[in-house]
Amino acid sequence: MDDSMVEQILSSGLPEKTKNDLMTFMEGKKITSEQFEKVMKQVFVEYGNTRVEPCEAVGVIAAQSIGEPGTQMTMRTFHYAGVAEINVTLGLPRLIEIMDARKTPSTPTMTIYLKEEFNTNRDRARDVSWQIEATRLSEFGDVTTDLVNMEILVNINKEVCQKRKISVEAIMEKAPEKIRSRHHYRDFVHEADADKAVIHFFPKNAESYQNLFQLHNHVRDVIVQGIDDIERVVVRKESGEYILYTEGSNLKDVFQVEGVDTSRTRTNNIAEISEVLGIEAGRNAIIDEALSTLREQGIQVDVRHIMLVADMMCMDGEVKQIGRHGIAGEKESVLSRAAFEVTVNHLLDAAVANEEDVLEGVTENVIVGQPIQLGTGDVKLIAKPIN
Amino acid sequence: MPSPKRVGKIEFGLLSPKEIRKMSVRKIIWADTYDDDGFPYPQGLMDLHLGVIDPGLRCKTCGNKASDCPGHFGHIELAKPVIHVGYTRLIRKLLRVSCRECSRLLLSPDELQKILGPEEERNDDVITEKDIKKERVCPHCGAQQNKINFEKPTTFSEVWTDENGRKQEHKLTPADIRGRLEKIPDEDLRLLGINPLVARPEWTLLTVLPVPPVTMRPSIILENGQRSEDDLTHKLVDIIRINQRFKENQDAGAPQLIIEDLWELLQYHVTTYLDNEVAGCPPARHRSGRPLKTISQRLKGKDGRFRGSLSGKRVNFSARTVISPDPNMSIGQVGIPLAVANEMSVPIRVTPFNIDEVRAMVLKGPERNSLTEPCGANYAIRPDNRRVRLNDQTTETVAEMLEPGWTVDRQLRNGDIVLFNRQPSLHRMSIMAHRVLLMDGKTFRLNPAVCPPYNADFDGDEMNLHVPQTEEARAEALMLASVCENILSPRFGGPIIGGIHDHISGIFLLTHTLRWFEKSGVIYLLRSSVPDHLPEPGKVENGVEYWSNKQVFSMILPDDLNLVYRASSCKNCKECKKEACEQDSYVQVRDGQLITGTIDKKSIGAFDGKILQRIIRQHGQHRGGQFIDDSTKLSIRGIMYDGFSFGIDDEDLTKTEYKLIDEVLDEAMQDVTRRITIYNEGQLEPMPGRTLEETLEMQIMQVLGKARDKTGEIAGRHLGLSNSAVVMAVSGARGSMLNLTQMAGCIGQQAVRGERITRGYEDRTLPHFKRGDRGAEAHGFVKNSYKSGLTPAEFFFHAIGGREGLVDTAVRTSQSGYLQRRMINALQDLKVAYDHTVRTTGGRIIQFTYGEDGTDPSKSSFGDPVDVKGILENVLKEEV
Repeated sequence: MDDSMVEQILSSGLPEKTKNDLMTFMEGKKITSEQFEKVMKQVFVEYGNTRVEPCEAVGVIAAQSIGEPGTQMTMRTFHYAGVAEINVTLGLPRLIEIMDARKTPSTPTMTIYLKEEFNTNRDRARDVSWQIEATRLSEFGDVTTDLVNMEILVNINKEVCQKRKISVEAIMEKAPEKIRSRHHYRDFVHEADADKAVIHFFPKNAESYQNLFQLHNHVRDVIVQGIDDIERVVVRKESGEYILYTEGSNLKDVFQVEGVDTSRTRTNNIAEISEVLGIEAGRNAIIDEALSTLREQGIQVDVRHIMLVADMMCMDGEVKQIGRHGIAGEKESVLSRAAFEVTVNHLLDAAVANEEDVLEGVTENVIVGQPIQLGTGDVKLIAKPIN
Repeated sequence: MPSPKRVGKIEFGLLSPKEIRKMSVRKIIWADTYDDDGFPYPQGLMDLHLGVIDPGLRCKTCGNKASDCPGHFGHIELAKPVIHVGYTRLIRKLLRVSCRECSRLLLSPDELQKILGPEEERNDDVITEKDIKKERVCPHCGAQQNKINFEKPTTFSEVWTDENGRKQEHKLTPADIRGRLEKIPDEDLRLLGINPLVARPEWTLLTVLPVPPVTMRPSIILENGQRSEDDLTHKLVDIIRINQRFKENQDAGAPQLIIEDLWELLQYHVTTYLDNEVAGCPPARHRSGRPLKTISQRLKGKDGRFRGSLSGKRVNFSARTVISPDPNMSIGQVGIPLAVANEMSVPIRVTPFNIDEVRAMVLKGPERNSLTEPCGANYAIRPDNRRVRLNDQTTETVAEMLEPGWTVDRQLRNGDIVLFNRQPSLHRMSIMAHRVLLMDGKTFRLNPAVCPPYNADFDGDEMNLHVPQTEEARAEALMLASVCENILSPRFGGPIIGGIHDHISGIFLLTHTLRWFEKSGVIYLLRSSVPDHLPEPGKVENGVEYWSNKQVFSMILPDDLNLVYRASSCKNCKECKKEACEQDSYVQVRDGQLITGTIDKKSIGAFDGKILQRIIRQHGQHRGGQFIDDSTKLSIRGIMYDGFSFGIDDEDLTKTEYKLIDEVLDEAMQDVTRRITIYNEGQLEPMPGRTLEETLEMQIMQVLGKARDKTGEIAGRHLGLSNSAVVMAVSGARGSMLNLTQMAGCIGQQAVRGERITRGYEDRTLPHFKRGDRGAEAHGFVKNSYKSGLTPAEFFFHAIGGREGLVDTAVRTSQSGYLQRRMINALQDLKVAYDHTVRTTGGRIIQFTYGEDGTDPSKSSFGDPVDVKGILENVLKEEV
């Protein structure tokens, strides 16, 4: 293959994918210019043949293409995706979840990639994971209830602190503060002894055992290290680098952690992505998640269908549900909404608001019994043959 | 033809009392329907002014008979206003945002400005309840406001604290409310999102009730001659009765208490008349105890007016019967029993050019008794649109009168275009256009190769058939919906129609390795594909000409086909041996000649079909359809040439294998016991993030899973390609090696929700086991194979596992059905505009170019705009 051929391919105006295919498949092959001509001619003919035609009802085709294989998908909610330790919802329930645009998925997980300095060394990766995994105070030392003195004693284990890269002082400061701010429990005072690595907690009401036990629970469960929403972190080596998989998701806070590669790290919580990174990222997340859910089930679906669904869901700058509380419920047409769900309310509200249905959509025209304005029904030009 | 009229738009609004009276043709005052002679009472609910349903009577309003009278509304004057249940929330809102004295909006102009912005810049935003603070003073008249309480379904009351600090509650009658709403000025209503011209809020309190025409609530006459009234009529009777009593009491000056009771009763009846499923209101019931189906219930839900009657319409010219397979017909055909074809018709207009032909059909009449007879006609339609049924008496006269301008309903004949459909219609390939092929028997026949798009099988499935009635519809069916146009699925751009089951086994057996056929054999194989001539024989031995099996297959390929790929029997070796492949999986086609390789699922099968896909790309859909016809017919001949069967003794293994299998299973059992011991001794190391039990369970599942796979390998080693099940699994026709494992080796672990079976009795699954037994047998491991038979306990566990699958399917169908309905509803209005953007009907742009590159997935090559690899292979004639 010579330079002029490369030049011709690059300036052909074909889609990137086709250009790349041409380059990779032809590389290192002996091709006569005659053959090249022939190939390019066929490529152009085929390219022309595969254009969408105007009036095509692409929406319905997309919906059918995603909906039809739904019957073939498994219902098995839990499945181990890559990592045996972490459960992820897959199959039809996950697809429904994506289309529902739920605020939080039933099994939020993150795949955290690390910056180069961190992703080759297991210990350094582990260090990052300590910063992310939510760890309760009870894991740093023994929490004991002293019924005689009416106090809660925490003996912090310095070795654990060292291993988890957190200073005893930091824990001492953080624990009471977080009980107040996160647990909204304020009826206690505390004393910290940094040298002995002991914290004493006293309930304000020194008479009540109930308060003491309540305090005990709070002290035991207070998260002193890591990000609250992320319950577990698993470090795994994949294709030469260490990657963190998490149970629970909090994109915003994870981005703040040192060593996290923010450009590759991802979560399966679509709402979070669109909130933190913007609607375009949210749209791409929908496409990615839907596509990988379908692929995992061994179902081939063209990306374009999923793209259309994602674009529709994100058209107003926020991720909207496919259904009554989203796209279908916000349609302009009264009849279309009434024919979908909550029929009566839509009709009653339309009357008060003096709504008009201009009969442009599919359902409306089916209802009044006239041709729909899609496909062949959308052609308004009629040729009159000359005798 | 005159241009068809279009409905431009539909406007929604409330009916004012004035309008209701204006459109009413009769004031209804009598609660009775018919007198003893069965004649409607004047001014009763069945008054003849409201339309007629009995044949013979004429409507007193329009003078038409029952079939032509559309029905007319009447009205009832209510004694006192009542609340319309559908608008209780609106009424609540209005009471809360308006002053109790002057009825102005409880916002000063400044506050308004703050919420909605300056007057010039206001958009469609409206004032909501939240914008107004509770129990404030009116900024216009200074009146102190009270809290408005609303109690479902229709009770409103005012609450305030009196001087003594006691809570006071005062009920608001509908009349009070109406009085307040009447006074709300029009400008204030606009701010609340209400158009006062069509929807004054006081109209939500009914003073006049429209009585729907009788055509909307026809009474039916039962077998015993008794009339049975519609639910709506029953409800209207109740309303009129209470209304009359109310009026009488009111005129007689009855005590307030009685008046109030009657008012509430009237409210109840009007409420249930409008909606019989209101929360906090006992539904009105029929004498039999069945809740009445009133107005809301008629509109609502799947079988309601909107989804049931308006969005789903019934059609004529349709047929339905059981389907059965016929591999000898083309994929584009459908076999139709004569009984159906005689009943179904196609209208043809009589012209000077076809009048003789049509006259012959009319003369033939509706009787057609054999496939060979020409088609007749069922009806003739005169130029004045009168239908004449053709029978022995009429055929001759009609045939004589026939002239251009008439239309004749001709019976179905070979070659007609019909639409064929199987429910659930999940995608557009669920309805395809076929060509009619008249057949004996009473079932619809179709080529098994078109089963995948319909998702049909022949275990009793039924399918529907529709006959397009206009030239336009036929053209669209042929050009857009015909089977050939739908070989490629828009879902992924690959073929969805192709060989299945025996087609694959057959073509596999035929093309696997090298075989030679004599001329008679070749002719037998290719008989139904009808080649013009045979190629040069591949070899001549002792003066006898032989053709190879690959040559035979190449006969049905187009001449300029070039492609190389690996068949589905490929074992994905690390290094491909190409031509020397032991499995003969390296498929090479050069200039339309199959050089090496076996043809199987990957070549001609539905969903994969490489060769099929390539032919369609190069030669178009019709050559593709032709290829499916040829290859399926060839493969059926191929499978018949050797014969193919499968029976119980096909899973037989020898003693050595059984011994090996037993050993493998015993070993696994011991392994499980060992692990349990480790666990019991507390020596088990848990996996990160898992409890000890979970770790043990996972280990046991793994050990047992491996053991089953090993038995499968042992069985697979023994059973080679001489075994039919192996042939089917390897070629991809049906089943997998796992199925074979379960038949010959070991069924393996039964699972519920991905875990071993643990439910049942306390600490054990069945009383046959010891408490706390964690062993393999006690938790659903089935050691036996389907061939050897299951023990009672195994059988039970197997049933548990099987039940899960059934429940799963049942839940899944409903869930995925709803998902699809929602998606269709959300996306149905999208289309590609002439400027290549994707837009909603409102003109909003969703995508600037469809799919970012404007490629139609149904025309793409598995998603790619151009099949570069295929083109290159075809030009260079080598693998790329």
